[in-house]
Amino acid sequence: MTDLFSKFDPLIATRENLLSTGVTDPFSLVMERVLSPTEAICNGRETILLGTYNYMGMTFDPDVIEAGKQALDDFGAGTTGSRVLNGTYAGHRAVEEALKEFYGMDHAMVFSTGYQANLGIISTMAGKGDYIVLDIDSHASIWDGCKLGDAEVVPFKHNDIEAMDKRLGRIPEDAGKLVILEGVYSMLGDIAPLKEMIAVAKKHGAMVLVDEAHSMGFMGPNGRGVAEDQGCLEDVDFVIGTFSKSVGTVGGFCVSNHPKFEILRLVCRPYVFTASLPPSVVATAATSIRKLMHGNNKRAHLWGNSKALHKALKAMGFQLGTETPQSAIIAVIMPDLELGAMMWEALLQEGLYVNLARPPATPANMTLLRCSLCAEHTAEQVQTIIGMFERAGTAIGIIG
Amino acid sequence: MDRVAVEAKIASLIEPFNKKNVALSDATTFADDLEFDSLTVMDFVAAIEDEFDIIISMNAQAEIENYGQLVDAVVKLQN
Repeated sequence: MTDLFSKFDPLIATRENLLSTGVTDPFSLVMERVLSPTEAICNGRETILLGTYNYMGMTFDPDVIEAGKQALDDFGAGTTGSRVLNGTYAGHRAVEEALKEFYGMDHAMVFSTGYQANLGIISTMAGKGDYIVLDIDSHASIWDGCKLGDAEVVPFKHNDIEAMDKRLGRIPEDAGKLVILEGVYSMLGDIAPLKEMIAVAKKHGAMVLVDEAHSMGFMGPNGRGVAEDQGCLEDVDFVIGTFSKSVGTVGGFCVSNHPKFEILRLVCRPYVFTASLPPSVVATAATSIRKLMHGNNKRAHLWGNSKALHKALKAMGFQLGTETPQSAIIAVIMPDLELGAMMWEALLQEGLYVNLARPPATPANMTLLRCSLCAEHTAEQVQTIIGMFERAGTAIGIIG
Repeated sequence: MDRVAVEAKIASLIEPFNKKNVALSDATTFADDLEFDSLTVMDFVAAIEDEFDIIISMNAQAEIENYGQLVDAVVKLQN
């Protein structure tokens, strides 16, 4: 009998190798208590959270919590049903209304996760004979959406406008074309030149989908994302986003001005064949989204945090994912997985949690310590974080 | 371009990616013999696409495991 698990042997060996050096398993950390958007108890120790994607710190917002509690009381713990059957409650409609207002768009469709939003929208829209042209560093949910559908999938080099232009130019003129881009690429925290790329896509008659998961709430004058920031949101046909980052709960969505958009509710399988979000979740999301519309002070503070941390880490000699701070993500490039895991553990012992990211999630087989800042990090906390990086980096020998 | 000409062109394009100078035959595989990782595949495919002005979609790439299959695919795609 062939053991179906034998294909995982190389990964099992890598993992055993890493753990045999004595480092704590970076992928099985437990948050024993969560004190605030920026602090938790891990291994009995108070830990500053610097790897949560909780950009706007909405998880403990009193209005958000209150809305969730009220919905639990009024509507119960779950819907036990699909959005198209018994699973659309007043709250699901209300959060879609909030999204339409937030983006100034005609249609909004809420999914149970951001992953499912990409899976559903991409696989349903781009069918047999259509072409998807996408950035090679796209998120797993985008790739899986491509895999679930029947379209021809054509990747191009990361943020390479010319490579994208050439590929679009070779596609048969009458074929349906969908260009998929992200506002912020979450591994290195770099942004896309959306304005230029969308202009090229439109020149070739393609529809454009932009995943703004890591920019919603923070980038752009109204927090609508990188496309808004670059003044090209009106040229984006579909914006994909999530509730599990700035919004502070869980869920995913697509907003659009396409006149036929609503038909997707009947044909999109990851929307139809799964249970809808619990009433408490959509209530917290709707409240949070409405508060994010007025989050200018928090946005400004978050930018300040990102700039301060980027500048300090760069000055210490760490190799960073971007030359300049471009988002609320700062990726610290580690020499290899073993040193990355050691550095991760040293930071944890200092009382700091960051994400350890490794291939295949990372581009170019890099090992990254990925930091995501929060608008609720105080300037003092950022200084504390900088001190932790300096001590850990010196102890491990990553900085001189 | 006929198969011989296409093969000659691809042979020259593959050189910078064939770091260990593996001898090429139609049966040479990209993953095992040439040890191409996903990044190398992307750069190599882009070089071929630009040279022949074609698209080799991921769907088409999934069917291509060895050198001979690549040459055949390019011959077909350029028509």
